[in-house]
Amino acid sequence: MDRHTLSVLVENKPGVLTRIAGMFARRNYNIHSLAVGPTDDPRVSRLTLVVGTEAVQLEQIVKQLNKLVHVLKIVELDAGESVQRELQLVKVAADAATRSQIIELADVFRAKIVDVDHDSITIEAAGNPGKLEAMIELLEPYGIREMVRSGTIALARGTKSITDGAKLRMQRVV
Amino acid sequence: MSGGKHTAPGTQVVTGAQAVIKSLEALGVDVVFGYPGGAIMPAYDPLLDAELTHVLVRHEQGAIHMAEGYAHATGEVGVCIVTSGPAATNLVTGLADAHMDSIPVLAITGQVARSAIGSDAFQEADVTGITMPITKHNELVQSPERIAAAIKEAYHVARSGRPGPVLVDIPKDVLNATLVWEWPERVDLPGYRPTVRGHGKMIREALQLIAQAQRPVIYAGGGLVRAGADEELHAFATRLGLPVVTTLMARGVFPDTHELAVGMPGMHGHYAGVKALQQTDLLVTLGARFDDRVTGSLEHFAPHAKVIHVDVDPAEIGKNRAVDVPIVGDVKVVLGQLLKVLDDKADDASFAPDAADWRRHLAEMKRDHPLRFEQPETGVLKPQTAIRAVHETWGDEAVYVSGVGQHQMWSAQHIPYTRGRQWINSGGLGTMGFAVPAAIGAKVGVGRDTPVVAIDGDGCFQMTFQELATAVQHDIPVVFCVVNNGYLGMVRQWQHLFYDDRLSQVALPQDCPDLMKLADAYGIPGFRVQTVDELDATLAKAHEITDQPVLVEFRVDPDEMVFPMVPSGASNDEVLESADEWRARLAASGQ
Repeated sequence: MDRHTLSVLVENKPGVLTRIAGMFARRNYNIHSLAVGPTDDPRVSRLTLVVGTEAVQLEQIVKQLNKLVHVLKIVELDAGESVQRELQLVKVAADAATRSQIIELADVFRAKIVDVDHDSITIEAAGNPGKLEAMIELLEPYGIREMVRSGTIALARGTKSITDGAKLRMQRVV
Repeated sequence: MSGGKHTAPGTQVVTGAQAVIKSLEALGVDVVFGYPGGAIMPAYDPLLDAELTHVLVRHEQGAIHMAEGYAHATGEVGVCIVTSGPAATNLVTGLADAHMDSIPVLAITGQVARSAIGSDAFQEADVTGITMPITKHNELVQSPERIAAAIKEAYHVARSGRPGPVLVDIPKDVLNATLVWEWPERVDLPGYRPTVRGHGKMIREALQLIAQAQRPVIYAGGGLVRAGADEELHAFATRLGLPVVTTLMARGVFPDTHELAVGMPGMHGHYAGVKALQQTDLLVTLGARFDDRVTGSLEHFAPHAKVIHVDVDPAEIGKNRAVDVPIVGDVKVVLGQLLKVLDDKADDASFAPDAADWRRHLAEMKRDHPLRFEQPETGVLKPQTAIRAVHETWGDEAVYVSGVGQHQMWSAQHIPYTRGRQWINSGGLGTMGFAVPAAIGAKVGVGRDTPVVAIDGDGCFQMTFQELATAVQHDIPVVFCVVNNGYLGMVRQWQHLFYDDRLSQVALPQDCPDLMKLADAYGIPGFRVQTVDELDATLAKAHEITDQPVLVEFRVDPDEMVFPMVPSGASNDEVLESADEWRARLAASGQ
């Protein structure tokens, strides 16, 4: 099973997210992460879906997504040819003895300390999923109180934009 | 309809409810199947003045199955209209049914007022949420100005591409609000662009693959019926001499009487139909979806076959079976393209495969492995005999509609179908109770000159027979046949074969209800056939009645089973032609 990153442009209509999540549930596909937000065009939202699946099933996922009436465009973003980012907040147990070690560790990952208390530190980190997982692994021995991750967002490298064609179609007469 | 008041020249102010009815009229809808209630009541008022026929059903499930039957029979969109909450949830079975069998249906449901949505108001249900996975699309209309566009879009989505059910949910206050009437000129769905024409390169590759095949067969599915591609299929198959297997959903789209017709494949298919798919070296798959009831064990299905797959829904291609030549497009258009290439190469016969031996082999299988059943000279009536007699009585002109179970399989097997839309049933979802309302809808669609015969089972019939009142009230003369064996026959068959004959909860008293009294209660003629001797004379009497619904009950042998049969999960190579064969196989395996 490989991780695949799908960038999905959808019409910004009520229930679109439910339709997409529902399609995955209905067909027994697994979503690894899902991030959704507006684009520069208020009529269009962009979802980034990370799915762990084999190629045959990925094809079926893309085809089933394409059947949803509000889905405008789907592109698979190759990990090597795209910029992929996740945001992560981690609250780590920390006392006077360990605090400086943890701060040092965060520095290595170019993460920010966003909150400090007597017995905890909260670290904000952004990066590709691999980097964030590596950081967690190193923080784990100190005791992770809680953490949250945003899900991956991604854009293809270079000048090409997948929204151009979709915007064009928004004006097309059917 | 009366319309609304006029404010400025060319401007017409109407209520949302009037906009609903005007939209249906603008689409050319002439009949709606429905049931009124609180939230949809505003729409029932302008209905009184509309150019629409409204068929009042007895249960909302009846409304949607009637809409399906209408759509099945005519190829047009079937429309139903019901109120919110429990009425809308009563559509769920029919929506799922239409979704599975790609039937174009438009369902309009009332919803509680916008201000009450989410408050658990009286008769509130999240209908768009509930029906999302079983509709092609749906919408909760959020403003009166949106009504016309929502209905126009829904109708377009329902009928185009791969047809399917679309639901429009309209809050009561939106129905009561006023708006300036405007019929949208175009449908604005930027994300919806079905591919209609096949790719030229794929078309040529498909023809080359066919030319090289030794044992080609057309695997013809319901998509051909939806596309109305009877003629194109006939021209294509005969042009290249390709044998044709028609699935349960495609029965009739290629005439069973044609020498290239091999029969039905699948769990209860004709022997030659099942074997043809197993032995073929090229499946020319047209509007079929490799359903598990056709393939049996998928890994053992058509083991020697390359696959050409034509489907308007790209997601069907490669879903269950890897494909050598995929063609996305409307199967009628694609067949036209294939024929065009053949026409252009009129002097070049190289596309026709050398398959004479294969055709001979299939013809021998058809001859040597006919459907097996024995009708004793006297005594108990076999269901197959009854169904054959029904066909002899109402003939090739009639449309036959079935429920789900043994009677459905016998009806699919024993009636020779000669055209698409002549056979209507619930294939994908297997909805018991489908026949009575679907037959009523079909009859409304085809009109008085074409007989519509429902062939139902006693179990199925009892799920929806309340719609007999609808047929009576609206003067819809359907012939309702009930094959009464006093059991849920198909479940009983499985319990007999696979559960050591331990019959659990499958007996239905053959006398309860007394169907003759039931016919009487509905004020329609009822006929009961108990023996072979009575068959012809009784059916002749029933056949004479063409101006009102008729009920015919056949008391048949409860022990009769459907064969051929491929046991669930088995390879199609293991097709059984009789129960004796099954017992012999069990004995041989030491079970």
